[in-house]
Amino acid sequence: MKQAKNDIIVSLRDIFVEFDGEVILNHINLDIRDKEFVTILGPSGCGKTTTLRIIGGFLEPGSGDVYFDGEKINGLPPHKRNVNTVFQKYSLFPHLNVFENIAFGMRIKKLPKDEIKKRVKEMLAIVDLKGYEKRSVAKLSGGQQQRVAIARALVCDPKVLLLDEPLGALDLKLRKTMQWELKQIQQKTNTTFIYVTHDQEEALTMSDTVVVMNNGIIEQIGSPTDVYNEPVNAFVADFIGEANIINAVMIDDCRVRVLGEELECVDKGFGQNTPVDIVIRPEDIEVVPPEQAKLVGEVKDVVFKGVHYEMTVMCKNCEWIIHSTECSPVGSKIGMKIIPFNIQIMNKMFPHPYNQFVCEVVYADEENNSVTVTLEDSKFDIEGFCYPAGTKLKVTLPPQALSIAGDGVGDIDDVYIESVIFKGEHNEIILESDEQKWIMHSDVDEQVATYVPLKFDFSKAHIEPVEEES
Amino acid sequence: MKKLSKLYTALIIFFMYMPIIVLVIFSFNDGKTTVWKGFTLKWYADLFRDSQIMSALWNTLLVAVLASAIATVIGTMAAIGINNFSGKKRLLLQNMSNISILSPDVVTGVSLMLMFTIAGVAFHFQMGFWTVLLAHITFCTPFVVLSVLPRIRHMDYSLYEAALDLGCNQWQAFRKVVVHELMPGIFTGFLMSFTYSLDDFVITYFTRGASFQTLSIQIYTMTHQRISPKINALSALMFVVIIVLMVIINVKDRKAEKRMGE
Repeated sequence: MKQAKNDIIVSLRDIFVEFDGEVILNHINLDIRDKEFVTILGPSGCGKTTTLRIIGGFLEPGSGDVYFDGEKINGLPPHKRNVNTVFQKYSLFPHLNVFENIAFGMRIKKLPKDEIKKRVKEMLAIVDLKGYEKRSVAKLSGGQQQRVAIARALVCDPKVLLLDEPLGALDLKLRKTMQWELKQIQQKTNTTFIYVTHDQEEALTMSDTVVVMNNGIIEQIGSPTDVYNEPVNAFVADFIGEANIINAVMIDDCRVRVLGEELECVDKGFGQNTPVDIVIRPEDIEVVPPEQAKLVGEVKDVVFKGVHYEMTVMCKNCEWIIHSTECSPVGSKIGMKIIPFNIQIMNKMFPHPYNQFVCEVVYADEENNSVTVTLEDSKFDIEGFCYPAGTKLKVTLPPQALSIAGDGVGDIDDVYIESVIFKGEHNEIILESDEQKWIMHSDVDEQVATYVPLKFDFSKAHIEPVEEES
Repeated sequence: MKKLSKLYTALIIFFMYMPIIVLVIFSFNDGKTTVWKGFTLKWYADLFRDSQIMSALWNTLLVAVLASAIATVIGTMAAIGINNFSGKKRLLLQNMSNISILSPDVVTGVSLMLMFTIAGVAFHFQMGFWTVLLAHITFCTPFVVLSVLPRIRHMDYSLYEAALDLGCNQWQAFRKVVVHELMPGIFTGFLMSFTYSLDDFVITYFTRGASFQTLSIQIYTMTHQRISPKINALSALMFVVIIVLMVIINVKDRKAEKRMGE
């Protein structure tokens, strides 16, 4: 089967990967255009390296297809793919010198000696390592090893170069230089680069296209400006750059209510009175005298950052970050003016404002007026009323009624923390148990991608028996 | 206190090595008893003229070289196999391999003898060179596993993937990259096998059949007849060979450690 578009070099179709019952990639689709610098960006454990390994041929997807240049290449071993990889730890062969490391691929292909010599020389010039042929790779600095690894991969003339966090081990200054050099090399060699990183700044600096991943799915694909200025949801907004992410209600097209104030915006099509998340970048808030703005706050903290001041402002119990070149003293009241264009409206990541589940009574304790219920193989007690065993109960819990059990004993154990996003007043945490997702508010900065025991406070719950259909 | 501990160490080493030193000294003694009668090399000369001893030496070397070479191949493959298992299975296999190192030579020897006798009746063969070789491969292989396994565990797996990435098929990647990475372990395993094969007596004794002679067996037989100073000369030579091999192993290990440290 051939794919129609011919400027697409790599295409992933409905890729699903699972390890030990844990979903790593959840049916992702991705098209990568030829000669582009594409960055796959996401927190650790989001599936970005797995995606790269699937393209490289080191891992077979559980289901789904991989296309290369229009051809389906499922099951094709790495050495038969026109793709080369720069590994995270460079993985240079310690028993070979710089020249032999770079020549390795060509020696396997049994190219003539003169050509090998010529191409290694050219490659060394491109990566700026002229005269290093005879050096032992163990004696090179991190940056130099890095460049040998790139040369070793590029000399094979791949159509696509895969780079797995190649700058992770370098110090900040070297990383900046290498970012620039990588971009230069990509342009010089006219090769497609697929670059995996968790560093959002790296992604924005180098890429033509950024692919933002989280929890095994692709959240957004776009140019660096797109993902920065128009994030599709709170996760992307939070992960890329600094952002004020606030709960709001979309009253109607172009009208949004933020902290009780109605503001003008430019987004349409969210319906009426829909709860949404809004993102406002710290540099997009203009500091004006209080009487000139709808939102007024008090400066709590000011930090000088070189180019600008970073101010923490409290406005109606909600914390805002503002970047401004002028400093407002701590304690002063300021007006926060936001032009409509700078308010980005996003759909909520969690579809409801509350949690809802149905559980079954397994034991009724009439004496103490309580029941024991079962949900997802866990059992816990609900006090305050009694229903006979076998009754199904529909429980509605607000986000405030959930907490992470500090003593390690929860009502449901091993719940996965999917995202933690600061919403000005509190952290909004989305969790996932075996069968459903949960939303929770917390003042604690919980660690994403960990497993925790979840506890319910049923005094805040609304509980009713499910009517049996007859 | 420090002096005392030094003295203590010196004494221990002295008592450990004195018998061997005496043996080496008397291998140069121009007389058949334990009375010093002057320096001579005639026992060494006699040794090399003794056709029985020379054939035993040849047998010993042949078995040692073949057994350690074959054990190195099998042991390396086994180590890679064991490493591919995970958790309890790996631990179990690893310990099964180690147990045969720990089990007494007599047990190994007798059990192999039993097996060879039964198999010999079934398939009509007699114990001799081949059974000794098989026995030596059997007890050498675990030593190779023991020395290769840690190297595999410390190897950066992405080196193998890098080789695949650069166009190697699996066999090429193994030959051109993995073997180089495991080399120090493989070499140590080979030398250890060689040393153990050279000086084995018990297992050889049980599996050699009626006529096959190795050096250690030869010396044992010679002590039965009459004590000849040739034995001293032969033992001294064997000791020197073992010492040299041990030094090589240790120097190699040191270098490998240093390289890892860097």
